[in-house]
Amino acid sequence: MRLIKSIGEWLDARLQLGASIRETAEHPVPRETASWFYVFGSAAFVVFLLQIVTGIMLAFIYVPSAGEAWNSLQTLNHNVALGWFIRGLHGWGSNFMVAIVLIHMVQVFLFGAYKYPRELTWIVGVFLLLVTLGMAFTGQVLRFDQDAYWGLGLGASIASRVPFIGPSIVNLMLGGPIIAGATLSRFFALHVFVVPGLLIAFVAVHLLMVLKLGINEWPMPGRVVRKATYVREYHELTKRDGLPFVPGAIWKDLIFSAFILLSIAACAYYFGPFGPSGPPDPTIIQTAPRPDFFFLWLYAVLSFLPPSMETPALLIGPVVAILALLLLPFFFGEGEKSWRRRPTAVLTILLAVVSLGTFTRLAEHTPWSPVMDAWSGLPIPSEFLHNRTALERQGALIFQVKQCHNCHSLGEQGGKRGPALDAVAVRLTQDQLIRQVIQGGGNMPAYGKNLSPAQATALVAFLKTLHPAGQSPARDASRAIALETEGGAPSSANQ
Amino acid sequence: MTMPSGITRRDLFMKLGVLFNGVVGVILAVPIVRYLVSPVTRERKVGYESWIPLGNLEQFPSGETRLATYRNPVVNPWDGDTADIACWVRNIDGQTFQVFAINCAHLGCPVRWFPQSSLFMCPCHGGAYYQDGSRASGPPERGLFEYHYRIESGKLLIKAGEMPTPGQASNIVREIGSCA
Repeated sequence: MRLIKSIGEWLDARLQLGASIRETAEHPVPRETASWFYVFGSAAFVVFLLQIVTGIMLAFIYVPSAGEAWNSLQTLNHNVALGWFIRGLHGWGSNFMVAIVLIHMVQVFLFGAYKYPRELTWIVGVFLLLVTLGMAFTGQVLRFDQDAYWGLGLGASIASRVPFIGPSIVNLMLGGPIIAGATLSRFFALHVFVVPGLLIAFVAVHLLMVLKLGINEWPMPGRVVRKATYVREYHELTKRDGLPFVPGAIWKDLIFSAFILLSIAACAYYFGPFGPSGPPDPTIIQTAPRPDFFFLWLYAVLSFLPPSMETPALLIGPVVAILALLLLPFFFGEGEKSWRRRPTAVLTILLAVVSLGTFTRLAEHTPWSPVMDAWSGLPIPSEFLHNRTALERQGALIFQVKQCHNCHSLGEQGGKRGPALDAVAVRLTQDQLIRQVIQGGGNMPAYGKNLSPAQATALVAFLKTLHPAGQSPARDASRAIALETEGGAPSSANQ
Repeated sequence: MTMPSGITRRDLFMKLGVLFNGVVGVILAVPIVRYLVSPVTRERKVGYESWIPLGNLEQFPSGETRLATYRNPVVNPWDGDTADIACWVRNIDGQTFQVFAINCAHLGCPVRWFPQSSLFMCPCHGGAYYQDGSRASGPPERGLFEYHYRIESGKLLIKAGEMPTPGQASNIVREIGSCA
């Protein structure tokens, strides 16, 4: 014990850090901030440390070469003792880190912590969110599989839409004309050197400011931030009703961080590492690429934007969103901190959570994508074929063969790209059905060139049977009258 | 020791030092920037594209659309499979061809050909194209990208080498107008 103490004294006589470390550890924080709501920042930091450690361990084996990366991931998964677990820790750590950073941000926003004098802390925090997402995206690329390959293509397609310099940005991003070895090498450099370097620098500034300016006090309705008085009030508060950070507040951070690390380990153990999916061979086109969880919402948005909106939304949307986040503390730097007095803030968060959650949920089902094998893999439910004429059954066959089923569902089975056809005959008359099939429209391709008259007739005959029992199909009243006045009964002569 | 202008000797030397570093910085910046932008500037005079054989004409029967693959002309030894690029070859009537890029004109996912319905469908966001490459439905703003082709001694050649992207103003990849 005495030896340790004398070594410590020897070191401190030279480093002279002991006093400032003690001062930092024991700096007073408002009593209420020793709360379970104030643990997310430190947890994000601890997960970042885990990412550094597991990332370095993965780099022992991983080969950042387009020809070898996928194989080296297979080796990590199967041939290196517990390589799968380290990959799992790194992959789940990434998801946890993004999640915790987002929760931290929501908490800071709702507790008004971005207000005076902590504007710069918030701004650096916005950059931290961006570099964290940058780590998540570049990390997804390093898992060099089909999803990574086509995800890069998607990134390139978005980047190419920048006016004038778009194609040059694509070449810079890919390191050449196509997604290949140079692309992976530069994303490796970004993921391992550039972005973590930025992350460390931003974290340092962020933490420094938390220490210099003090942790945000618990917001109380009616306790209003004023630039003239805030700093004095804050210091009075910490003096009057404060705790030393160590051990008064840090024990909750410690317990929560340990709980998060344990959760990451549990996920890595039970669910295993992410992928890799198929090898990054662009000639294998039987693939449906999907981004990682935190980019799923974007995947959904990209399929719902109308074509004319897409380029402006992709290029202007992110700029506006980031600017809004950066400028937030300058427009709302004073005033109420408590979320109880800030309904707009609460509604903003609710709106963001509900929309991102909805888009993410949709992206898990991809209702906008045709079900590529529905025509060959999913039979038409038998109730739609029972008691049908030969012509109608021929139409059902054409429904399958012409892959209508890929986009239209029958009995809950099949694609969701177009409307379900279980009761289409109630909505559309025979003439409307023919027109829709032949000419398309409303986001449906035209099949006129692809169906013989006999096939179109059979298909429409089948579609006309698709109505609930007891509900008659739509009919064109004027047509019936027209036929009657000509002296003939409505007939199926035109079929 | 203060000079008449009020600048001390040390101030002057420090300013000289800063200036010297600035000059050295610029000298170093030139090669660094040129290195960084080399993917944009390199070989730009001739472009990344060149004529690549896709195979004998017999591989592409008349009236059908077939998948073809080629090795990208600009390639590094460590590119692995990524330098193998696929494309769709449509033989219209035995003499006229259309060669489409595999990449959806929306966001670059690989489109699949469905001969039964004569449609190209994209698995990502549900874009669909007719057999001539024109846009049929979904989010794409335009038809499929089409390569220039020529036939030489019984072989089909295309001019390719760069991944087509929607914003590209390339004169090689031709745009197909939307028709429906």
